[in-house]
Formats: sequence, C-alpha cells, structure tokens
Amino acid sequence: MNIALKLLPLALFVAIAAFLAKGLSLDPTQLPSPLIDKPAPEFTVARLGREPGDPSDGDFISQDMLGQVWVLNVWASWCGPCIAEHPYLVSLAQQRPIPVVGLNYKDEPGDAQQWLARYGDPFAHVLDDRDGDVGLDWGVYGVPETFVIDQSGRVRYKHVGPVDEVGLTQKLIPIIDQLQKETS
Amino acid sequence: MLRAGLVAILLSLMVHVWAAEVTVSFDTPEQSELYHSLLKEYRCLKCQNQNLSDSNASLAGDLRREIRDQILAGNGKRDIDQYLIARYGDFVLYRPPFSAKTAVLWIGPFVLLIVALAGVFVMIRRQRLRASEKSLPVEESDELFRRKLEKAKRLLED
Repeated sequence: MNIALKLLPLALFVAIAAFLAKGLSLDPTQLPSPLIDKPAPEFTVARLGREPGDPSDGDFISQDMLGQVWVLNVWASWCGPCIAEHPYLVSLAQQRPIPVVGLNYKDEPGDAQQWLARYGDPFAHVLDDRDGDVGLDWGVYGVPETFVIDQSGRVRYKHVGPVDEVGLTQKLIPIIDQLQKETS
Repeated sequence: MLRAGLVAILLSLMVHVWAAEVTVSFDTPEQSELYHSLLKEYRCLKCQNQNLSDSNASLAGDLRREIRDQILAGNGKRDIDQYLIARYGDFVLYRPPFSAKTAVLWIGPFVLLIVALAGVFVMIRRQRLRASEKSLPVEESDELFRRKLEKAKRLLED
C-alpha cells in the first residue's frame, strides 16, 4: 500500500472539514440580492398618514429620486430589530446630506406614526406600504432591510437585517461617499 | 400516557391546520394543479427549510397570492420562475438552474460516486491479484501432489 493511499482518509477529512467550516461561517439568512447593479423597481406609493392620491403632499414617485444617491430603509413598528437599528439611521441622516426614505412595510399607519414619534423620524419621506406590494417588488424577505440607490437609479448595495455601528461606518457610509463621487 | 399521546396527535393536527393554505379556486383543474406543484418548487425566504406550500410566514402568504394571481392571468411556470428569481435570486428555487455557479452542486455527487466506484474497483482488483500470487501456480501444486502421492504409494507398498 503506498503512502498516497494511506493519506487518502486524512485528505478526505480535511476536505470535508474545510467545506463544513466554510458552511459555518456563512449566514444563510444573508441572501445576495439579484437587484444589485440593476435598475431599482419603480413604484408610486402613498405617504404615511395619507390616502393614495391625496393631493396635499402627492404620492411618492421613486423616479423623482433620480440624479441623487438615496437610501431606502424597510421597517415596521412590529419589527423588534428595527428599534435597535433606528439610532444608526438617525445618525446616517445627520452625517450625510442624502435622503433616507423609510418604507413602512405591512404595518398599521397609526402604529407606525406612534413609533416614529417615540424613536425619532430620520426619514426624508415615509411611505405607506401596508400591503407589502413595494416590498414584494424589491425582494424584501426580512425586515429591516436597507438599500442604497445611485444617481442613475440602480440598486448598488443591500443590507439585510438591522444596521449596526459596523454596518453604518464600514459599509453604508463608505458606499454612499463613493457613489456620490461617481458623477461629481 | 394516553393523554400525552392524544395531546401529541392534537398538536400535530393543529400544525396541519396552521400550515394549510387558504383554499383557492381556479378556472381549470390544470391551473389548480400548476399552483400546487409550483408551491412545492419554491422556497420560503423567511423560513428557509420550508416551501411556499408549507410555510406560515406572511411573506409566503403574499407570494402564494401573487402566484395565484399570475396563474389566473394566464402566466406559466417560466413567467413565475422569472418573477421570483428577479426578486429573490436562484435561492428561491429548490431546484436551481444549471450554471457555472451551480455546476459543482449538480455534478459533484456523480463525480464522487464515480471516484468511489473506481476506488472500489481498484481495491477489488488488487486483492484478487494478491490472492492469486499467494496460491501456488497450478503446475507446481500438481507436481507437489504427484510427489506426495508417489511417496504414499511407496510407503504402502513397503
């Protein structure tokens, strides 16, 4: 029996261990979004607290955001992790002069307004997606989710789950800064 | 004991009741069949080890509604596949399409099987070779046997 054959079980073990170790380090809830680098799904939706078609402030039209970098944050008052995330969104809105748009996903408008009154409202626009139709088009599968959209209307980054200190300072802000440089 | 069994049965029934989708009606039996077969093909993104038919997540309910609407609008499996993949990626499919990314997934098991079979084949051949090396060649053993027989005859004759 030659040495290669003797080492075969060890080699197999190492290979399987390597695969399993890789598997352990992956987070199965973090799915790559097929929207990255694709045009963001267009939508028109009522603002929170208004009925669709209410002329006083107008519906939010996603195409109006073209020409600037903006952030779409999907949140709900029933979402626990959203509370943990919220201070970082407030901080983001203070640190960078870009619109942070809040998509209130499958929520009761009254609950959502109370929630914002309690935790603060960093959003340039708060949108009412009570049936989750916009969320469906954006491939939302877990709240909160945060998208960064560039000047040309393409989705450039998606953060699944609550944004934390690391997510804000090492991902969102550097990406936003880089995108803002792209055209200017 | 009996009570525990009953509770277990009731609990399992409840799970089934929860999991049951809202019964939906279609224009044709084919549409209904397509609907039910499709729900088993798609993964619920929220509870990833369940298909859309099993899952109680509200997202799964939305997707079931969307799929029903699309079937009623006359869309086929390909349209609905594309709709879901555009939003959630290949991960939504329990049977991902064959591509450079998924090649290892699809071919890997067969490659492993072939390697294993080849290994077994080589081992068996080696063992046979060794077994035949150990036993003496036929002529030689015949010679030995003949000599022993002659010796025995001589002993008997003496």
